[in-house]
Amino acid sequence: MELLNINRLSKEYKGGTKALSNVNFSVNEGEFVSIIGPSGAGKSTLLRCINKMIDATDGEIVFDGVSVTDINRKDLRKVRTKIGMIFQHYNLVDRLSVIENVLHGRLGYKTTLEGIIGKYTEKEKKKAFDLLKKLGLKDQAYKRCDQLSGGQKQRVGIARALIQNPKLVLCDEPIASLDPNASKVIMDHLKNINVEMGITSIFNLHQVDVAMKYSDRIIGVNSGEIIYDGTPDNLSEEKIHEIYGSEAGELITE
Amino acid sequence: MELDVMKKKNRKFMLFWIALIGITGFFMVITKYDPIKSFTSIPKAIVWTLTNFYPNSNSIEKLPSILSKLKETIFLSIAATTTASAFALLFGLFGSKTTKINNLLGVLSRTIASIFRNIPIVAWAMILLFSFGQNALTGYFALFFVTFGFLTRAFIETIDEASYESVEALRATGATYFQIVFQGVIPSSIPQIISWVLFMTETNIRSSTLVGILTGTGVGFVFNIYYKSMDYNSASLVVISIILTVFAIEITSNYIRRVIL
Repeated sequence: MELLNINRLSKEYKGGTKALSNVNFSVNEGEFVSIIGPSGAGKSTLLRCINKMIDATDGEIVFDGVSVTDINRKDLRKVRTKIGMIFQHYNLVDRLSVIENVLHGRLGYKTTLEGIIGKYTEKEKKKAFDLLKKLGLKDQAYKRCDQLSGGQKQRVGIARALIQNPKLVLCDEPIASLDPNASKVIMDHLKNINVEMGITSIFNLHQVDVAMKYSDRIIGVNSGEIIYDGTPDNLSEEKIHEIYGSEAGELITE
Repeated sequence: MELDVMKKKNRKFMLFWIALIGITGFFMVITKYDPIKSFTSIPKAIVWTLTNFYPNSNSIEKLPSILSKLKETIFLSIAATTTASAFALLFGLFGSKTTKINNLLGVLSRTIASIFRNIPIVAWAMILLFSFGQNALTGYFALFFVTFGFLTRAFIETIDEASYESVEALRATGATYFQIVFQGVIPSSIPQIISWVLFMTETNIRSSTLVGILTGTGVGFVFNIYYKSMDYNSASLVVISIILTVFAIEITSNYIRRVIL
């Protein structure tokens, strides 16, 4: 079943920089999609248009039967609760504890006042602890986030996204700041979420080999346009070079 | 080639110093500044200070009244700083790029803050004297306005620096504006916010002494009276008590900063 449909999406920043032009694709429920492409190709913009963190200039995005492009504030809030987001720099509130950061994922479901004073139900707290246990952070629950390593911080980020009960998880370069070891742990967790919980996942990735290994489908972007959309098996060397605008032998993955 | 670059740099450096010396000399002539006289009068000033400007037994008797006025000054500056910082936080949120509600409100709050900040505190005190007369309220508002202007600016930068990334994450979870502020922005920037408020409290104790001279309140007024009646011994005691107070506040605020950071 189709979860996300992107139709003729364009984004032009002030000053005339074209980040995306005429992007079309749709994602089915349960898919694991990676978007690859050089820096500045518009990958981050594309991801952020999906949950309207960035307003698209033109085109339409339909998520779970709701058009995201012209949506009122109340409905946007509802849509965002269904979309978890994971960031390159984890984007945690460093001075708060791990458990508080995980519970932030519930804010979208709360009234403003409940959210301000941080009033969470027993059920939510229990769920938060369950998620931390599952991600191997049980002993870190009361630590402040600035005491964690990068890999641990990213796992807190994953827990925060999962406690939203999302239908879709957007991952913006989730492993770009991590060492190879932590990267594998994070990617395995994220793959697990996709396979076991059936949550649709869209990734921005810099590592072509990682994208090939984990994804069901790869979308190649260059200069704001999709130039490849298909399975990892069909992604040829030439196509990779076309995506990155490089010549044979120039890429570090070879 | 590289040698040329170095030579060019040296020449620029020389030109800079020549220009600087030229400007200094020019204005010394205009203002009839006599450097020799100014240096020779330093020892004289020191001698005068040592022979006149020290507390004696007579002035010690006035200590209780000085201290009660000093207390008034300290409380006034704390009151002005805390109330101003509450308003500054609100305007800081509106003015910050990360937490702005819309561009109009952002520009408006930055402009207001800039106006309040850039009018000197003494000017504020003199303007407000017309409306409120010579009393503590005038001093309070003068301190309040300048503190408000300064802290709004400081808070805008603090918020932008400390919380951009977590604000983005909380927005993505569907959190509302005030949820983001209380769960993301304030926890991230509270150490700097407190640090700025403490800094302003220190500054305001100094400033409110000065304002007190104009508004006839607090320790500044006492100093002015002693000084003008040529009771330099008592005036020196006032200065010493102010210095000690500022030291004490600085030590306390340094301690608080160490604990919260």
